[in-house]
Amino acid sequence: MLIDFFYSLKETKVPVSIQELLVLLEAMDKNIAFGSMDEFYQLSKLCLVKNEKYYDRFDQAFGAYYQGLKTREDLTQATIPENWLETEFFKNLSDEEKAKIEALGGLDKIMDTLKKRLEEQKKKHAGGNKWIGTGGTSPFGHGGYNPAGIRIGGESTHRRAVKVWEKRQYKNLDDDCEIGTRNMKVALRKLRRFARTGLTEELDLDDTIKSTAKDGGLLNIKMVPERHNAIKLLVFFDVGGSMDDHIRTCEQLFSAIKSEFKHLEYFYFHNCVYESLWKDNNRRYDESINTHDILNTYGDDYTVIFVGDAAMSPFELLYEGGSVEHDNTEAGNVWLKRIKEKWEKTIWLNPVPDDYWRYTQSTQIVKQLFDNKMYPLTVSGIADGIKYLSK
Amino acid sequence: MNMKFTGTKKYIATDDLSMAVNAAVTLQRPLLIKGEPGTGKTMLAEQVADSLGKKLICWHVKSTTKAQQGLYEYDAVSRLRDSQLGDDKVHDISNYIKPGKVWQAFTADEQVVLLIDEIDKADIEFPNDLLIELDQMEFDVYETGEQVKAKHRPIIIITSNDEKELPDAFLRRCFFHYINFPDKDTMQKIVDVHYPDIQKQLVKYALDIFFQLRDVQGLKKKPSTSELIDWIKLLLADNIPLELLQNKDIKDNIPPLYGALLKNEQDVDAIQRLAFMMRRQLK
Repeated sequence: MLIDFFYSLKETKVPVSIQELLVLLEAMDKNIAFGSMDEFYQLSKLCLVKNEKYYDRFDQAFGAYYQGLKTREDLTQATIPENWLETEFFKNLSDEEKAKIEALGGLDKIMDTLKKRLEEQKKKHAGGNKWIGTGGTSPFGHGGYNPAGIRIGGESTHRRAVKVWEKRQYKNLDDDCEIGTRNMKVALRKLRRFARTGLTEELDLDDTIKSTAKDGGLLNIKMVPERHNAIKLLVFFDVGGSMDDHIRTCEQLFSAIKSEFKHLEYFYFHNCVYESLWKDNNRRYDESINTHDILNTYGDDYTVIFVGDAAMSPFELLYEGGSVEHDNTEAGNVWLKRIKEKWEKTIWLNPVPDDYWRYTQSTQIVKQLFDNKMYPLTVSGIADGIKYLSK
Repeated sequence: MNMKFTGTKKYIATDDLSMAVNAAVTLQRPLLIKGEPGTGKTMLAEQVADSLGKKLICWHVKSTTKAQQGLYEYDAVSRLRDSQLGDDKVHDISNYIKPGKVWQAFTADEQVVLLIDEIDKADIEFPNDLLIELDQMEFDVYETGEQVKAKHRPIIIITSNDEKELPDAFLRRCFFHYINFPDKDTMQKIVDVHYPDIQKQLVKYALDIFFQLRDVQGLKKKPSTSELIDWIKLLLADNIPLELLQNKDIKDNIPPLYGALLKNEQDVDAIQRLAFMMRRQLK
């Protein structure tokens, strides 16, 4: 009976397995929830979702299932920036207009068009009758009116009252949104765990001997927790331009756990690494550091993390003299390769959502240079990156 | 046997929380509880035990706790010592097996509530080591070859503060519930059960201030339910006049006895600065 529901959860990427579905059915069988949609909502959430970070996705899937609307992957909120959809105005249409819109075609046709529109449209839009936005007569968006319309975000104004699952109160718990003050703590925990890999107990030989001697030869074993923070880290930040906000968040993140690592050093670059880097952004022209020196100073047991959008003109990466700031004698990719050769454990964290990477040529090149070890700057991205680094 | 948990005199359980507890009791699966600190995770187990009239066994997990310690511990060192002293006890190995909390819960004469508190504090492997034990509710004592099997499957409540991620295999065996921060209505009920005779006005003002404080951006540690309860206790003890609370906007008035709500030096500082700035703007 709940097979469709199960698959719609799968589609919204809530990790569910058959076992959980069976538990839900067993619970239904024992009459734990009976005859009320609210109870069913609570029970299915209880049985199927195992982490609060998926509550938001579950709510979406449940809402979609409940309304008999099939969620398609290109329709999830994540692909559409939310500010397109803020209701700015609301209008009611005349009957003729409504009829006109009805003539647009069936649901499937509209879905296809939406997909195309999403690819074409890059700007926020309100009103009008073609683009996705608010209050207009386009079939996509919300707050407007189109009988064959698909609602994306916002509260339905032509439908029934808002239900619990439409409040989407767990949105901040989803680990695919970018790092901000709210989920910073979680990211911190991940990094801290990375810093202290393997906390176990070990025999404290000195204390054992001492205590045994004190007890007149009766064995008295003493254990101590193993101290182990051996991770040495170099972080390279891309500064200047659109990246600055992200970099600041990221700097906070790393400085908060500085003491946990054995060594942690920052360096800054602009767009791409060339022959010099700097440590203090205010005095970058007076106190730059030769990149060769950095390559020679830090041993190959260091781990390297780049933070940047890797979006630049391909010239900056591929040609001598391609830098936007100075006349470089060696191309950017030569430097990146050098770093990659010296430090095998290298990843790149990118604040741009990974769906957009493929549209930027330079991002693609950098990603290849780093053996595809590029991760989005989100909690789950950081977790994946760390997983690779700690292998 | 078919008792339903709906909260107790001292504990307000929301609908979905009672549902979670009842499902766990009926289907005899462990219930994993997560939520902001101070939302009453540990308290839940006590109240469930209380309302169902069952004994509570608490196993508080620390960073050095091993899964084995919950089952039993074999005290080899004291056996060695006894052998050095020539004690007769030494011949029977079972003298040196100490049952852990899980063992106690399994062998109790009637069904008990077993609380595994803050499971995330332990090593990453900890939950994995308990998979079969919690699923089948039985384990073997290798030293003596004895098999311990649950006489009555205990009601298991596990809490986590999310310091470590729990393995999927473990999660699949549990019901999961995230205790949301209570809204104003629920909070009013919570205060009511703790201080039934308290003046309605006082609670209303206190709640207003409390929720405003939670809305202040950038606080390191937002005050939670347990802090609110403590704060009200202090307000009552000190007989703070209502007028002091009536000036509701925390931006131009620091709440009295704020130390109970804000536990962080920087937060106190931030609130004071905010209040100062607002006052200056008003002038």
